[in-house]
Amino acid sequence: MSVLSVRDLEVTYATQAGPIPAVRGVSFDIDKGEVLGLAGESGCGKSTVVNAILRLLPAGATTSGEVLLNGEDVLAMKAGRLRAVRWTGASVIFQGAMHALNPVQRIGDQLAEAIVIHKLSAEREARLRAGDLLEKVGLPPRRLRDYPHELSGGQKQRVMIAMALTCSPSLIIADEPTTALDVMVQAQVLSLLNELQHEMGLAMLFITHDLSVLVEVCDRLAIMYAGKIVEEGPSGPVFDEPAHPYTEALAAAFPAIGDARFRKSPSGLGGDPPQPDAIPAGCSFHPRCPVAFDECATVNPDLYEAGERRRAACLLVKQAAEVPS
Amino acid sequence: MRPPEALPTYEEGPPTGTELEPGPPPEVPRDPSRIAWTRRRASAGRIWRTYRKNTLGMIGLAVLILFALVAIFAPLLANKEGLKATCPCNGIPFSPPSLQYPLGTDNYGRSVLTLTIWGSRVSLTVGLLATAISMVIGSFIGIVAGYRGGVSESVLMRLTDWFLVIPFLPLAIVLASVLSPSLGVIIVVIGITSWPSTARIVRAQVLSVKTRPYVERSRALGASGWHLNTRHILPNVGPLIFANTILTVAVAILSESTLAFLGLGDPLSTSWGTILENAFGTGAAYAGQWWWIVPPGLAIVFVVLAFTLCGFALDEILNPKLRQR
Amino acid sequence: MSEPARAEPAAPSDEDPVLEVQDLHVTFAGRVGLGAGVAGKKAAVSRAVDGVDLTLGRGEVLALAGESGCGKTTLARTIMGLETPKQGQILFMGEPLGTSTKVLREYRRRVQIVFQDPTAALNPRQTIYESVAEGLRIHGVTSQDGMSEEKLVARALARSGLRPPETFFLRYPHELSGGQRQRVVIAGALVLEPEIIVADEPVSSLDASVRGEILKLLLGLRDDFGIAMLVVTHDLGLAWTIADRVAVMYLGRIVEIGPAEDVLTRPLHPYTKALLEVVPEAGGLNRPYLSGEPPDPTRIPEGCRFHPRCPEVSSGAAASAGVEPKCLGEDLGLVELQPGHFAACHLAAARQGEAVSTTSD
Repeated sequence: MSVLSVRDLEVTYATQAGPIPAVRGVSFDIDKGEVLGLAGESGCGKSTVVNAILRLLPAGATTSGEVLLNGEDVLAMKAGRLRAVRWTGASVIFQGAMHALNPVQRIGDQLAEAIVIHKLSAEREARLRAGDLLEKVGLPPRRLRDYPHELSGGQKQRVMIAMALTCSPSLIIADEPTTALDVMVQAQVLSLLNELQHEMGLAMLFITHDLSVLVEVCDRLAIMYAGKIVEEGPSGPVFDEPAHPYTEALAAAFPAIGDARFRKSPSGLGGDPPQPDAIPAGCSFHPRCPVAFDECATVNPDLYEAGERRRAACLLVKQAAEVPS
Repeated sequence: MRPPEALPTYEEGPPTGTELEPGPPPEVPRDPSRIAWTRRRASAGRIWRTYRKNTLGMIGLAVLILFALVAIFAPLLANKEGLKATCPCNGIPFSPPSLQYPLGTDNYGRSVLTLTIWGSRVSLTVGLLATAISMVIGSFIGIVAGYRGGVSESVLMRLTDWFLVIPFLPLAIVLASVLSPSLGVIIVVIGITSWPSTARIVRAQVLSVKTRPYVERSRALGASGWHLNTRHILPNVGPLIFANTILTVAVAILSESTLAFLGLGDPLSTSWGTILENAFGTGAAYAGQWWWIVPPGLAIVFVVLAFTLCGFALDEILNPKLRQR
Repeated sequence: MSEPARAEPAAPSDEDPVLEVQDLHVTFAGRVGLGAGVAGKKAAVSRAVDGVDLTLGRGEVLALAGESGCGKTTLARTIMGLETPKQGQILFMGEPLGTSTKVLREYRRRVQIVFQDPTAALNPRQTIYESVAEGLRIHGVTSQDGMSEEKLVARALARSGLRPPETFFLRYPHELSGGQRQRVVIAGALVLEPEIIVADEPVSSLDASVRGEILKLLLGLRDDFGIAMLVVTHDLGLAWTIADRVAVMYLGRIVEIGPAEDVLTRPLHPYTKALLEVVPEAGGLNRPYLSGEPPDPTRIPEGCRFHPRCPEVSSGAAASAGVEPKCLGEDLGLVELQPGHFAACHLAAARQGEAVSTTSD
C-alpha cells in the first residue's frame, strides 16, 4: 500500500472574479521509502497540491478527489481525526520556512510544542526528544536555548526539518526547502534530507522549480503545468531524455557546465506560464510549444505511455505510442 | 539546440510571443508627455469607482457634503442678524422648539437653528485651516527627515518628539491667557499640537519608499534629490498624507469645540463649541433645555463621524491589506 | 625555476578596456550600542570589497560569481555609484570617476543597471512609458538621432522584444508578466544607449522557462550594440551560458578570473572547484561539499582568507606540497597561472611553478 495516494485531485479557488481552477485533476502515488519530485513554475498549482494534502487551503477553496494517506482519505476526515493526523501522518517543510519560526520563542520550545500537542510525551521527555532531533539534523543540542535570530539561514532550515520529524510521520512534504539558500548550504541541506530519508525509510514529496535539484534527490519526477501533470517517470530518464516538450524546455534552463551545446546559446520559451484564470484551450502548453500542430489547439491530451513507467501528456507521445514498432 | 536568432530591428518581425493578453486597446495620447495627466485622471476615476462601493464611506461623504452646503449657503438659510442678541427677530428666551423657532431659542432668544447653521462655518473653517497648517508642517518635516537621514533626521525627530509631548489643553490655556482669545489662537494651538503625529507617519512611509528598488534605479539613472522626491517619494506618500488629513480634520473640529466649550475661544464668534459653552454656562443642562444642547452636539458628532468614515474608506482603498478578502 | 608572472588581469580585447577598477575597498561600519561604545567596544567593520582589481573590455560579458556575502553585489553597486569606496578608484574609458555631480551624471547615463527583481524595480504607480522615459527625462534628452522621446521609448521597447511597443505605453507593471517586466527594465536601460550594463541576478527571480529568452536578449544586445556587461550571479550555469570571462569572488576579493571555458572546466582555485562540484547534476548526492556557512565579512581570516574552509588544507594536500605555512600566514593577490587565467592560491601557484620548471628542464 502506498503511503500517499492522490486521485483526481481538483482544487478551485473562489475569487471576486469567479472560480479559478488551480489544480485540474492530479493523480500520483508515493510508496514507502520513495521520493517523488513535483516540479513546475509559478501558477502551475504545485503549492496548492501541497496545501490540499493536509487540507491547509484557505476558506473559499473547493477540493474534490481523493487523498489517501496510509489508506485513509484526508479529504473525508472529520476535524478531530484530521488534527491528529496532521504532523503525525504527514508533515510539511513549508516554503520560506525560515520565516515560519516564532521569533520570540526559543527553538527548543517550538520543537517541544509539536510533541506536546500530539500528546506523544510529557514536557520533560519532549525536550529530550527535541535535543535528539537537533542532533539528527546536525546541530548541537545546546542550540535548543537559542532564539531564531541567532541562527543562520541554513541552520533555521535544519530546525524546520527537525520540526517536521518531531512526530515521526510516514510522509514528509518539502515545499521549496532550499530555494532561498546559497549553493553550498543547499548541498548540505539536500544531503541531510537524503540521509534522513534513507535512514528513517520516509516517503517524501519534494516540490521545487529547480529541476536539477530534483534529479539529485528524487527517485521519480512529476512535472506540472497549468494545474495538471504533464510528464512523470524516473528522474534520470525524464531529465536526460524528456518526452514532453515542456520538460525539455525546462531542462534546458539548467545547463550542464562543460557541455559546449549550452555555451552562448541560451534557449527558452517565449511567453509566460499561464495563470490559472487564463488557461489556453486544448493542450494548455500549445501556445508556447515549439512543436505544436493543429490538433494541439483543440484536443486536451491525457497522460499517455511514453516508455518504462513513464507517461507524458502530449499528442506527439500518443502518436508515437500508436505507431507499431 | 536552436541557434540564437539575430535580434530583429524595430521595423520588422512578427510578435515573438511577448505580446500582452488581448484587452481593450488603450488610447495612446498624441502627446506622450501628457501621459502623466491621463494616468492621474484614470487613477482618480478608479479610486472613485472603488470608493462608491463602500457604503459607509458614501454615507460619510453625503453627510459631509450636506454640512458643507449648509456652511456655504448659511446666509440663505438663516438670517445673520439672528446672531446678535439685540435682533428684533429674536423670540422669547429659553423657549422650546416651535414652528417659528424649530430648534427653540437660547438665553438671548436667538434661534438655535440660526446659531447652529452659522456655527458650522466657524467650526468647519477652523478645523480645515488648523489641519492645513498641521499637514503642511508635518509632511514637510516628515519628508525631509525621512529622505535626508543622518543628523538632520535626528534633529527633526527630536523636535517632533518635543512637540508631541506638549499637552494640548495646558498650552491652549496658556496661550489664551497670554494672547487674547481669538480664532487665530485656536487655529495655531491646534496646528502646532497635531503636526507631530503626521510627521512621524510620513517619515516612516518615506523611509519605506526610499529603499525600494525603483527609487534606487532612479538614483542609478542619475536623478537628483528633487526628482526622486517629486516623482517617486511624494506620489507614494501622498495618498497616506491625504487619508491622514481627513482624519486630522475630524480631530481638529473636535479640538476646536473643546477649546471653545472651555471658554478659550473667541467670545464674539459663534461656533458649535461656543453655543455649548453658553448653554452650559447658563445652566441649560439642569433646566432641561435639551433643544439648546442637542443640535450643536449632534452636529459635532455627525461631522466628526462623517470625516472618520471617509477617512477609513480611503484608508481601505489606499492600503490594500485592509480590504476584506 | 621561473616565477609565474604577477600581473593585473587584462581584458583579452585589443582595445582599451571600457571600465577599470583599481584596488577597490568598500567597507560598512557596524553599529554599537551606547553602553558598549562607552565601554570601548568598537563596531565591527564589514569589509565587503577588500581590494579588487578588474577590467571590462568593450563588448565583453563578465560574470561575477560567488555566494552571498562575497561582495559581488557591493562591487556592482559601487561601480554604479550607489556606494562610495573607501579606497581605490574606478576608471571609465580611461578617466577616473570624478566626484563632481556633472561628471557623475554623464557616467550614470552611460552605465546602466538591471536589478534582480523586476517587479520592485518599476514604480507601480507609473506607466511603462513613464518608467522607460524616466532616464531620458532625468538627463534632459528630448530628442536624439532625430527621434522624439516617444520614438526613442518605442525603439527601446522594441529592442527589448516588446512588440508592438505602443500597446505597452499605458500599461502598468502589474499587468505584465515577470519576463515582460524585466524586458521593460532592460528597455529603460537601453533607452540611454549605454556602453555598460550591470545586471544583478537578471533572471534569478524569473520562471525557469522564461530565463533563456532574457539571456538571449542580453547576449543579443552585446552582439548588436556592443554593450559590455557585468553580470552578477550565484549561478555558475548562467555564467557558462553567457559569459566571456568569469570572476569568482570570496570574502571581498576575486580569487579566480579567466575565460569562462577555463575557469568553469579547469578551475585552479579550490573554492571554484568546490562551487562547481556542488552544482546539482544527475549524479548523486555523494559529492563533496564545504561545511560551514558562507563567511562573515567582519571577520576575515589571516593569511589566505579561504584557508579555514579549504579542502586542500584540511586534507593535508597543502601540507604535503609545503605551502601550508603560506596558506595560514600569507595573504596573496591574483597570479597569472595560465594565459589570461588568474588565481589567488598558493598551492595552485606552487603546482604551476613545478609544471613550468618540469617542462623547462
